[in-house]
Amino acid sequence: MASVPNNRFSQDEARRNADHISFLKYRNFRWLWIAVTLSIVSALGYWLIDQEPRPNGGTWYGYALGTIGLLLIVWLALLGIRKRKISEGAWSLKAWTSAHIYLGLALIVVGTLHTGFQVGWNVHTLAYVLMLLVIISGIFGVVAYAKLPKTLSTNRKEMTRGDMLDELTVIDRQLDSAAQPLGRAECDLVIGALQQDVFSGGAFGRLTGSYPGCKTARALSRLSENGSEAEQAVHALLTKRADQLGQIRRHLRNKALLEVWLFIHIPATIALLAALLAHVVSVFFYW
Amino acid sequence: MAFLIRTIAKAKSGREIVRDRTVEQGELIVGRAPESDIHLPDLTVELSHLSLSDAGAGMLSASALGELPFDLDGSSITEATIDPNAGATITVGPAQLAISRDGDGAVQIVIQPVDKAAVAGDAVAGFGLASALPSKRVMAWGLAATIFVLLLSVPVITHLIRTPVENDPDNIAQGQVLFDSSWSAGDLSMAHHDLEENCEACHVTPFVSVQDETCLTCHAELGDHAEMPRLAEGMAPLSTGDSIQWSIAETLGKEGPLGCVACHSEHEGEVNLVADDSTLRSEQFCADCHNELDGRLTDVTFANAADFGDKHPQFRPQFYTAHFDEAPNRVSLDGEVVERSGLIFPHDLHMDPDGGAARMAISLPGYGSALECSNCHEEEPDGVGFAPVQMEPACESCHSLVFDRNGPNFRSLSHGDVEEVLAELANIDRGTRPAIVNGRGRPGQFARGGRYYSNFGRPMSAYIAINRALEPSGVCGECHIPTSINGRRDLTPVNLPDRFLMRGHFTHAAHGEDVAECSDCHATSTSSEATDLLIPDLNSCRDCHLGESATKSDEITPSSCAMCHGYHTPAMPWRPEDHADLPQNDNDNSVAALLSRLRR
Repeated sequence: MASVPNNRFSQDEARRNADHISFLKYRNFRWLWIAVTLSIVSALGYWLIDQEPRPNGGTWYGYALGTIGLLLIVWLALLGIRKRKISEGAWSLKAWTSAHIYLGLALIVVGTLHTGFQVGWNVHTLAYVLMLLVIISGIFGVVAYAKLPKTLSTNRKEMTRGDMLDELTVIDRQLDSAAQPLGRAECDLVIGALQQDVFSGGAFGRLTGSYPGCKTARALSRLSENGSEAEQAVHALLTKRADQLGQIRRHLRNKALLEVWLFIHIPATIALLAALLAHVVSVFFYW
Repeated sequence: MAFLIRTIAKAKSGREIVRDRTVEQGELIVGRAPESDIHLPDLTVELSHLSLSDAGAGMLSASALGELPFDLDGSSITEATIDPNAGATITVGPAQLAISRDGDGAVQIVIQPVDKAAVAGDAVAGFGLASALPSKRVMAWGLAATIFVLLLSVPVITHLIRTPVENDPDNIAQGQVLFDSSWSAGDLSMAHHDLEENCEACHVTPFVSVQDETCLTCHAELGDHAEMPRLAEGMAPLSTGDSIQWSIAETLGKEGPLGCVACHSEHEGEVNLVADDSTLRSEQFCADCHNELDGRLTDVTFANAADFGDKHPQFRPQFYTAHFDEAPNRVSLDGEVVERSGLIFPHDLHMDPDGGAARMAISLPGYGSALECSNCHEEEPDGVGFAPVQMEPACESCHSLVFDRNGPNFRSLSHGDVEEVLAELANIDRGTRPAIVNGRGRPGQFARGGRYYSNFGRPMSAYIAINRALEPSGVCGECHIPTSINGRRDLTPVNLPDRFLMRGHFTHAAHGEDVAECSDCHATSTSSEATDLLIPDLNSCRDCHLGESATKSDEITPSSCAMCHGYHTPAMPWRPEDHADLPQNDNDNSVAALLSRLRR
């Protein structure tokens, strides 16, 4: 009996393997090939079809590319709804995501050809620019998702976010008590460090990892390393606090880089849909 | 002084832990230092922060010991005298010290922590970038709403509620749609540049394409290429693709391939709508229909045309083919060409450089050399054609109409009015006349009218018989054909068309002296009769002009149809300067108009 192969094994193994294949490599880059084909066919059409008086969105080919582009954009935007509905199968979220990325990239070709390389200060170019913004932020997102989780994980050293904050709380409590004998000025430095919100520094600070207003660093630089016993203890604790803060901030930076594209991708997508509506309505309103 | 110090702490469970102690001393020190009477282990408290001492008369004196103040009943101060009987609350760092006394008893100080605002929310949530940036949802809806309102709703609504006004390029503010220039897909052509902010001038009705009718509100003077049903009948059949496209477009309200906008595509940048459009100027554009036009329009009088070098009908200039005709006829130069202008004029005689006319011209002060074409044919300032030849400046220097001399004054017959001439002839002074024979003389010395007369001088009255002017041998008969109308002597009317080639525009200026001499095209030196029509034929043009696809060389100029023909204006190219009512031709010197011109 042992030699009888389990009929389900290979099937299940395929599924298990599939579960661990990224959305980029999904089904041997199926959507990449579809997107490349779409781009090449669009470009060939643009090149071969004589568009009078010059290529733009108003020729028949322009309208065709525009329709494809519009349908693509609306469908791509629907990922936001689709991802909130859990389902399996041919239209699994992975398939959808894979198609989202590659068709979104093909949209650069379709959308650009639709413009006929004519841009101006108008709602049409606004839609095009928003589309590019969405796509570029999306590319950033894909790269970030591919690269950053490893860095994020390395930095965490098996600590949870809560652990990091708890660690800081412990240090802070020690600092508070160690600083009791200190004079006013030194106390104020310590208070400043203790009271500063761990998440202060703004989005820019998070993305760049630059915190010029860090009061822990300020206290460290002002307190003498070789002062009284209490001062030495406080200095040591502040150094520990700065290290812990460093880990938290590296985490913040990785997290910010992982998330920031969405803060452009999503608002720009919704703005794009509005601009697209204005673009299509205006074209036919002033036909 | 006795102090009852009561410390209230809160256990995690919320239960209050109360500790009392009594101190008998004159001064109490409140501070962070462990040896303080009231020890507040908080870094915001000074090592020795506050002293509470007996101020006498049951009063309590409070004074800050360091740099930091304390808080008494809500105000931050450094010195105060407190009446414990009235009660007071001092706040130092994280602790509240409530001071009171019952009668003459000990001063009671109740110490409890200040209620701190609870730290709200999930601490871990701060790790998300969302805590440092505006909400994605707010940004998304904010941007979308801005675009929806400014770039869609405002133009749509202001278009719907506007009061339509007649187009007025100088006053576009009236009935204007707001923000709709954000809809413009590209700059307008140079001719329409003034309408850049005036979209509704052309886009009159929502969702209806620009209509011919709207174009014609300004371009009413523009001629049709042909009347409408006929134009469509003559059009070459559309390709399958084009016909599908047009049937879709026409379903959606476009006016079809013969509408204005089918050829004149706007929003293509600041271009010249016609001159910069290579399609409209191409030979193919015309040949599409004209190559095999006779198959679709069987009654047309003109032949098919495509390439000028290969397929172009012979010219059919218009001229008078019979005396007394009311209107000129168009006659192909391939047939028998006899012009009946009513004039007698041998070009060859006048143009012969060694002939009598040349000799005469050389001797005359106004000429000084043999006759040239320009002595009679004066080019129009536009460089296209020539002004009608006027007898007086062109002919009369030689062909004098003088019939009488009265002292220094000469009397000429009135040219152009036969009745006047007859009246003048009737009044010819019959006084002094030279004798018919005044003796004999040597040849060459005979006087005028002498027996052996030969006149080598200018035409004189006697010679050309003024008194028989209207007879064939008379002075009028030199150039005119005498006739008799209703029994009266008269002259055949002069019938010369202003222009011979009416269906194309030929510019003499473009064929100036550096290109050709007049006689290269016009056979003036061999024409001995005015009945010769000196309009060059098709082949003589082809010496230099071949079709669009011909190779350009020193001799050959590739020529598309548009070089000589216009779609709307067959006889003359359409030129803005010919249309005084165009905005750029206005002579309005108001500031607004000047600014508008500057912008152009």
